[in-house]
Amino acid sequence: MLIQQLVEADGISGHEGAVRQVLIGAVEGYADEYRIDALGNLIVVKRGRGGAAGPKSVMVSAHMDEVGLMVTYVERDGTIRFSPVGGIDPRVVLAKRVRIGDERIPGVIGVKPIHLLEQAERERVLRFDQMGIDTGMSADEVARRITPGTYVAFDTSFQVLDEGGLRTVKGKAFDDRAGCALLAELLKESYAFDLYAAFTVQEEVGLRGARVAAYAVNPDVAFALEGTVCDDSPKEKDVSPTTRLGAGPALTIMDRSVVCDRRLVRLLVEEAEGEGIPYQIKQPGIGGTDAGAIHIQRGGIPSAVVAVPCRYIHSPVSVMSLNDFDHAVRLMKGALHRLEGGLEA
Amino acid sequence: MKELIKALVETYGPAGCEDKVRELIAAEVQGLASKVEVDALGNLIVMVRGKGGGRRIMLAAHMDEIGVVVSHVDQQGFLRFQPLGGVQARTLVGGRVRFASGLRGAIGAEEKGLGQGDMPRIDQLFIDVGARSKETCPVHVGDVACFDRDFVDLGDRLMAKAFDDRIGCAILVQAMKEMGETPHDVYMVFTVQEELGLRGAQTVAFGVEADLGIAIDVTRTGDTPEARTMAVALGNGPAIKVKDRGMLTHRGVREWMAGTAQAVGLPYQLEVLEAGTTDAMAMQTSKAGLPVGVLSVPTRNVHTPSEMVDYQDVMNSVRLLVELLRRPVSF
Repeated sequence: MLIQQLVEADGISGHEGAVRQVLIGAVEGYADEYRIDALGNLIVVKRGRGGAAGPKSVMVSAHMDEVGLMVTYVERDGTIRFSPVGGIDPRVVLAKRVRIGDERIPGVIGVKPIHLLEQAERERVLRFDQMGIDTGMSADEVARRITPGTYVAFDTSFQVLDEGGLRTVKGKAFDDRAGCALLAELLKESYAFDLYAAFTVQEEVGLRGARVAAYAVNPDVAFALEGTVCDDSPKEKDVSPTTRLGAGPALTIMDRSVVCDRRLVRLLVEEAEGEGIPYQIKQPGIGGTDAGAIHIQRGGIPSAVVAVPCRYIHSPVSVMSLNDFDHAVRLMKGALHRLEGGLEA
Repeated sequence: MKELIKALVETYGPAGCEDKVRELIAAEVQGLASKVEVDALGNLIVMVRGKGGGRRIMLAAHMDEIGVVVSHVDQQGFLRFQPLGGVQARTLVGGRVRFASGLRGAIGAEEKGLGQGDMPRIDQLFIDVGARSKETCPVHVGDVACFDRDFVDLGDRLMAKAFDDRIGCAILVQAMKEMGETPHDVYMVFTVQEELGLRGAQTVAFGVEADLGIAIDVTRTGDTPEARTMAVALGNGPAIKVKDRGMLTHRGVREWMAGTAQAVGLPYQLEVLEAGTTDAMAMQTSKAGLPVGVLSVPTRNVHTPSEMVDYQDVMNSVRLLVELLRRPVSF
C-alpha cells in the first residue's frame, strides 16, 4: 500500500527527499513529465486531452513534509537536545521512540520516572529545551555520529487496526501523506485540462513550498489535499467536533488561511451528493493549509481544500479511516471531471 | 452623499462574502469608468483612463467587514461561531447578527462558569435564531453573518456598522463622481478579505502593477473618555498616515498628500497608528514594490457594531482625493 510506504519514510520539513523518492516511484508510470524545483517541490504534469470548456490548468497540492524534531546540541554525556520542527505539543513526545538522521539511529526521549516526580512537577508541562534524547550510545559515539541540525523523526510503524468497519489504520505523518497518496491516485486518470500535481515541501513551517509552486505553475484553479484535525471524542458540551472519523472527506469553507472559492465548494458538494459519496464540512476557523499560500499567488487563484480526517495529528501516532480515504479519492476524481465543463458563476 | 453611505454600510458583506457590496458599487460607478473588471478572488477594479502625462495610481478601499462564521449547530438549534476578522467578544453579548438570507439572530452567553462582570470568550457565546432544533434550524455550518445595525444620521456625525471600510468605498465612489479630468490612469480598487489579512489587495496589486498606491481606510482616535493616547480626533480632518504596524508611508506620498491639503486649504491630521494595518501594506511589497500612502477616516469604536465618523471629515477626504487626482504627483 502506497500510504504505508509513504508514512514509513521520514520527511521532516526541509528534508523531504525520502518521501519524494517514494512518490516518484509511484507516479512515474502515469506522468507525462516531472520536475523538482529549487525548494524541493516535486511537480508532476499530466497533460490534458484538450477540449476543456473550463480551466486549462489545475494544480492539486499535497505536502510531503511532516512535523518532527531537530538536534540543537549534544551534551557532554551524549544526551541530545532538540527543537520541534512545525507545531508539536510538548506533552506528546515524552517517552516516545525516535529515529535520528538518515542512518535512522534509534533513540528514546527520556522521562523522569513517576517515583521521583515532585507534586509540582506532575502538574507542569516540560519545555522542549528541558528534554533529551537517549541513544544508549557512549558520549563519544554520539559526538561522532550526530551533529546539530540532524533531523529526528518519530519511530512509528504503520498498522491496520481494523480490516472491516471503518478500516482504520495507524501510523505517523498521515498529515499529509494521506494527501500525497490521494494525489498519486488522481494521476492515474487523465482529464481535459493539464493536471499539475504539486507535492510540496515545508508546509508545516509556513506553507513555503506551495507558495513558489503556485507561482511557477500559475494554474487557473487549485485544490489542496490534506490530512486534517479530527477531534471526535465525546464532549461534555454540545460543541462541534472539527471533523468525525468515518463521516467522509472534509470540505473547508474557511480556515485561518483561506476562504475557499464558493464555486469550487459547491462543485465538490454537488459531486458528493450526486454520486452518494459521504462528506462533511470541517468546522470553520481551524488550522491552515497550502491553499492559504496558493490562492493569493499572482493575480489570485480560486482554491479549495479536501481533507481526510486524522485523529491525533502532529503527534507520533495518528489514526485514519481508509473508507474516508477511498471516498476522498472518488470525490476528487469526480470533481475534477466535473470541472472539465467549467465553473458556474 | 449620506444616501450612498447608508446604502453601503447597511449592505451585507462579511469577509469572503462581498458580492452584494460589489454589485452595489458596480451599479454606482456605471458610466464613470473606462473599464470595470472582477478578478479571480472577487476584487472589483474600476479603471478611469487619464488624459496622459500622469502616473498609474491604484486607490484601494476594502468591501469586506468583520463578522462571524457558524462552526456548529447544536441539538437545540443554537449556533456556535468563530470570528471573521478582528471581532472583540466584549462587544457582542446582546447584539444581533444578520445572515445572507436576511435571517437575524441574537448573541447570548453561557451563564455557568461566567460570574457577573466576567468577560466571556467567543467559545462561550452562541447565536439564537429562534430555531427549536438542529433539524429545523435554517442555518448550517459555514454560513456567515455580519453584525446587524442600522445607519444613524446624527447630523454632523454618522453612526453605523462597517464604516470600516465602507466609508472608504463611499469616498472612492464619490471621488470618481467628482473627479473630472485627470492626467493619471486611476485604478479604483474595491478589495476583498482585508480583514482576514489583506488577501484581496495582495492579488489585485499584482495584477494592476501601479506605480503609486493609496489605501482609503478608517483609523482609531484618541478623543474618547480615558482613550489610549493617539493624536487623531473626529472632526479634525482626514488623517494622513505616517506609519502603522505593517508599513511606513513613503515620504514623497505623505508630503504630496499633506502639501496638497495645505495648498487648497483642507484640514488634515497626521496619523501614527500603533496597532493594525491596511491594504497599503500589501500594495507596498507587491512585485518590485511601489510608494504607498493611506488616507484615513478618523473613526470611533472601530470593529464594533456602532462605529462613528464625522461627516465633514468624510467630505474633506473626498475633496483631498479629488485634488490629488487632478494634479501631477509632486515627487
